[in-house]
Amino acid sequence: MDFLNAVVAITNLLIIPATTYGAQLALGALGVTLIYSILRFSNFAHGDTMAFGTVVTIGITTLFQSWGISLGPLPTALLALPFAVAITAVLLVGTDFAIYRFYRKKRAVPIIFVMASLGVMFVMNGLIRFMAGVKDQTFDDGTRFIIKARDFKNWSGLDEALALRTTQVLTLVVAIAIVAWLFWFLNKTRTGKSMRAFSDNEDLALLSGINPNRVVMVTWVIVAMLATTAGVLYGLDKAYSPYTYFQLLLPTFAAAIVGGLGNPLGAIVGGFVVSFSEVMVTYVWKKVAIYLLPEALEPNGLLQLMSTEYKFAVSFAILVVVLLFKPTGLFKGQSV
Amino acid sequence: MSEPFLIGDNMTGGYGRGPDILHNCTISVNKGEIAVIVGPNGAGKSTAMKATFGMLNVRSGAVRLDGEDITKLSPQERVMKGMGFVPQVRNIFPSMTVEENLEMGAYIRSDDYRETMEQVYDLFPILRDKRFQAAGELSGGQRQQVAVGRALMTKPKVLLLDEPTAGVSPVVMDELFDRIIEVSRTGIPILMVEQNAKQALEIADRAYVLVQGANAHTGTGKDLLADPEVRRSFLGG
Repeated sequence: MDFLNAVVAITNLLIIPATTYGAQLALGALGVTLIYSILRFSNFAHGDTMAFGTVVTIGITTLFQSWGISLGPLPTALLALPFAVAITAVLLVGTDFAIYRFYRKKRAVPIIFVMASLGVMFVMNGLIRFMAGVKDQTFDDGTRFIIKARDFKNWSGLDEALALRTTQVLTLVVAIAIVAWLFWFLNKTRTGKSMRAFSDNEDLALLSGINPNRVVMVTWVIVAMLATTAGVLYGLDKAYSPYTYFQLLLPTFAAAIVGGLGNPLGAIVGGFVVSFSEVMVTYVWKKVAIYLLPEALEPNGLLQLMSTEYKFAVSFAILVVVLLFKPTGLFKGQSV
Repeated sequence: MSEPFLIGDNMTGGYGRGPDILHNCTISVNKGEIAVIVGPNGAGKSTAMKATFGMLNVRSGAVRLDGEDITKLSPQERVMKGMGFVPQVRNIFPSMTVEENLEMGAYIRSDDYRETMEQVYDLFPILRDKRFQAAGELSGGQRQQVAVGRALMTKPKVLLLDEPTAGVSPVVMDELFDRIIEVSRTGIPILMVEQNAKQALEIADRAYVLVQGANAHTGTGKDLLADPEVRRSFLGG
């Protein structure tokens, strides 16, 4: 019984949240890695792109709700998502047209692009505050839980409860669907292959007649989809707030770099490495220890390695260790 | 005599706004021929070939393909006109499979290219065995075959090879030369730059020795091999 209780406790507060968070990070990191491999710079505005997509989704969701449109048990935001992706894509392609294209023509070095993206980040930062304010917002409606804590207790007879929220399952399903589509697109379609070719060897891609402007535009559209979806799933799971989204930039980049910048598979694995490390380090292990250890060894403290306020230290630490010992990441990526 | 199929006629020019590297340099290749450009390091061999492909600024002189003046066209437009170019380095898509490399070579084609792909596989049988392997994982000689195969996918009317045997072992080099002869037998004129002057001259129908961006000797491969001055200055006796 104690063992089962321990398993349930770990599942409930570690495995489920970390998996959900990992999937959200993976989607974010995929966007970062795609920009890095095709446009060849680290896009610092990615966190705020996620925020922008989410803000637009919240707006459209509110509109739908006022019209009485809903998805029943699923959040209305899911219905708003495609429209938000389209609007975010327009913003990103427009940004590229107004800013990055200029530096591409000048064949500027990557650091110039990074600095430009920093500027874009500040502008977007202001834009989202202007659009939706600075307060936390929750926008999930529909059925909250698939498994309720009390139902699980009654059903299993265990002391520990297990709850599974709709948004958590939704995150996984949507993330898997999008990743599957992305890999199919990159590996099987002509446009996807031309993007990989462009990323591999730009000069040869040009010689082969691949249109660079088209590759860049398709990239931004896909990035809009990945970033908006990542932002909306995170917001449904937790809450939208401009600060939190800005701070997501760090774990997102950590995920992309751990996996190997420019490698899509790496971005996904990296997302889970970062999320599980973060949650495990900030998890309160006391309960699990009580269940599993003999009474005499019962811990006095909480057995929490680090309080949640310091969770970003985990991303930082992972980032530093990877850059020191394996700059190309776990999978074959480009070194930074 | 009628004009050669591809000719860089009296070209003078350099990269961008930089100084002239070529001085009244003429190179050409006829249908069914292999033409090679040899010469000492820094003689502008690759530069001369790149000039015919539109990669540098030709200030005077002209480039004509099948009688048509293409001096003002960009490299991409020349590919459309039927020129195939294999750069010396970075000439494959390393993370993509061999087959995908060939597909990318055929990117500009809207018709069915499977037949051409089969021809490339017939020409380079090793590529058929490795078709689903990442091109970057292949050996140097195999990569060069991928690179040439990629260029052949557009069904070019003329093929330009920039030092196809650079950095491969002598055994592989001989094999590559055999393959190049085979490609030429399919009817595609080949213009290539070679570091290994002796072997290159042996297979050349037409050969150019460049010195400091200008024509020093021109003739058939055999003529130049027999020319005592060429032998003394470039072939080591």
